[in-house]
Amino acid sequence: MASHFHAFQLFFPSLRAGGGNDIQWCFSQVKGAVDDDVAEADIISTVEFNHSGELLATGDKGGRVVIFQQEQENKTQSHSRGEYNVYSTFQSHEPEFDYLKSLEIEEKINKIRWLPQKNAAQFLLSTNDKTIKLWKISERDKRPEGYNLKEEDGRYRDPTTVTTLRVPVFRPMDLMVEASPRRIFANAHTYHINSISINSDYETYLSADDLRINLWHLEITDRSFNIVDIKPANMEELTEVITAAEFHPNSCNTFVYSSSKGTIRLCDMRASALCDRHSKLFEEPEDPSNRSFFSEIISSISDVKFSHSGRYMMTRDYLSVKIWDLNMENRPVETYQVHEYLRSKLCSLYENDCIFDKFECCWNGSDSIVMTGSYNNFFRMFDRNTKRDITLEASRENNKPRTVLKPRKVCASGKRKKDEISVDSLDFNKKILHTAWHPKENIIAVATTNNLYIFQDKMN
Amino acid sequence: MSAESPEPASAEEQKVVYSVIFNLLLIVFQEMEDKVISPEKAEEAKLKARYPHLGQKPGGSDFLRKRLQKGQKYFDSGDYNMAKAKMKNKQLPTAAPDKTEVTGDHIPTPQDLPQRKPSLVASKLAG
Repeated sequence: MASHFHAFQLFFPSLRAGGGNDIQWCFSQVKGAVDDDVAEADIISTVEFNHSGELLATGDKGGRVVIFQQEQENKTQSHSRGEYNVYSTFQSHEPEFDYLKSLEIEEKINKIRWLPQKNAAQFLLSTNDKTIKLWKISERDKRPEGYNLKEEDGRYRDPTTVTTLRVPVFRPMDLMVEASPRRIFANAHTYHINSISINSDYETYLSADDLRINLWHLEITDRSFNIVDIKPANMEELTEVITAAEFHPNSCNTFVYSSSKGTIRLCDMRASALCDRHSKLFEEPEDPSNRSFFSEIISSISDVKFSHSGRYMMTRDYLSVKIWDLNMENRPVETYQVHEYLRSKLCSLYENDCIFDKFECCWNGSDSIVMTGSYNNFFRMFDRNTKRDITLEASRENNKPRTVLKPRKVCASGKRKKDEISVDSLDFNKKILHTAWHPKENIIAVATTNNLYIFQDKMN
Repeated sequence: MSAESPEPASAEEQKVVYSVIFNLLLIVFQEMEDKVISPEKAEEAKLKARYPHLGQKPGGSDFLRKRLQKGQKYFDSGDYNMAKAKMKNKQLPTAAPDKTEVTGDHIPTPQDLPQRKPSLVASKLAG
């Protein structure tokens, strides 16, 4: 009987619970306000771990950045890894106004990317629609005391009262974390910036808007090189826009950009100064008989991410996640359905604009599992090796630490089983667009509209 | 007359029978396919029924242009007064139902102005 059941499961993979080598995900922390009335400024717009995973940055619609730091592992607390606590918070971008075009420039942080750590300070790039900023986050834990001309509170001493000279010394103080903008890269984008990506040379980075991609040097703010320009001479002929771009993790000459038509272009900067002609074009052929009004919209790629190895890249379109082998352009090597049950709801999703939602995706540290968000505060993980997948929910109801999260299931049609949720009961206002995976550990950060959830795998 | 047992069919006859069965099956499947509409196409039909004037090129220029022009169009007193002077007796173009759509003739009026932004406070994530 047992063997029959296993055989049965082979034919119905969705019955097999657990994705990710049987990682047991547990709630760890949640950040943010509890109330349902969400202020627009509090909407989280980006989440990113730094290269060591010790720091976790979030950006929001109000232009603010909040950085959390993982506390050092406590030897007595062997059952969980360190918690993430607020390390620094600052206003990265302010709302601006373009007087010439009479247009408001949103302060919303579209992307944050960390630089690898070179010295005691941490550096990150944050961008809104028009301006990229390099921020230095540094710690100060001592201050000089014993000035000759100043009192400790800063008031100036009367020089005539100074009778002896002393050398100021550094004394310890409470840790202060300061964020200061070191570079401001402005005025290079006519359209809205959707991506920034730091090159593996750690000296240059790219920024991409709807129609152009620029290459910058981190030290130079008054100049950037345009490396991709897809703006047609006549805007009436516009058929596609750039949706995301990323540098290859190892090859400093290679980058990719995705389009609203579902294609990915790989470019080699050694080939020419202007990379309008791609080196590779990744596109899955479409069956023309299946084409509908929605085809192009749902094929638009909302995110592209290289694997850590650099051999693969992952793309996210409205209904699926695709893994591409860089050596094969004509189709993806793996396709995972995120929420196929939405295909029969496309009409209403078009009417309420949800069909234009831009979901991101991410790899785990070993490139064996990929994760992406969905609606109803659900998020999905796909294990590339076992081919198992799991749906979990970010909700305050699952608040007990070390309690394993219960897998969720959406019932597409017909009889709804107990514990399943029907498609029509899904809350399309609760979307998980941004997720991040710790580069080394099984720790994930999942952003709901205005809350940040941290989940860890159950240890022991 | 005694019933004769049927002779085994020759290879040729077998081939003919199989191809006839195959063709019949093909016809049946084709008919089935024609009757089954993909969920996507069903949704498309629904949309077309609700919005018969929806553009010929979906996901094409209109949609992309709207995307590129994200960003509020604010009241510009210079434009507004020039438009008023030009129009004289004619009515000023009224706001389009979709205020984010930028058209050549639309001059925002003071009534179109969005609400003032709330003052900046600390993020609740840091609370």
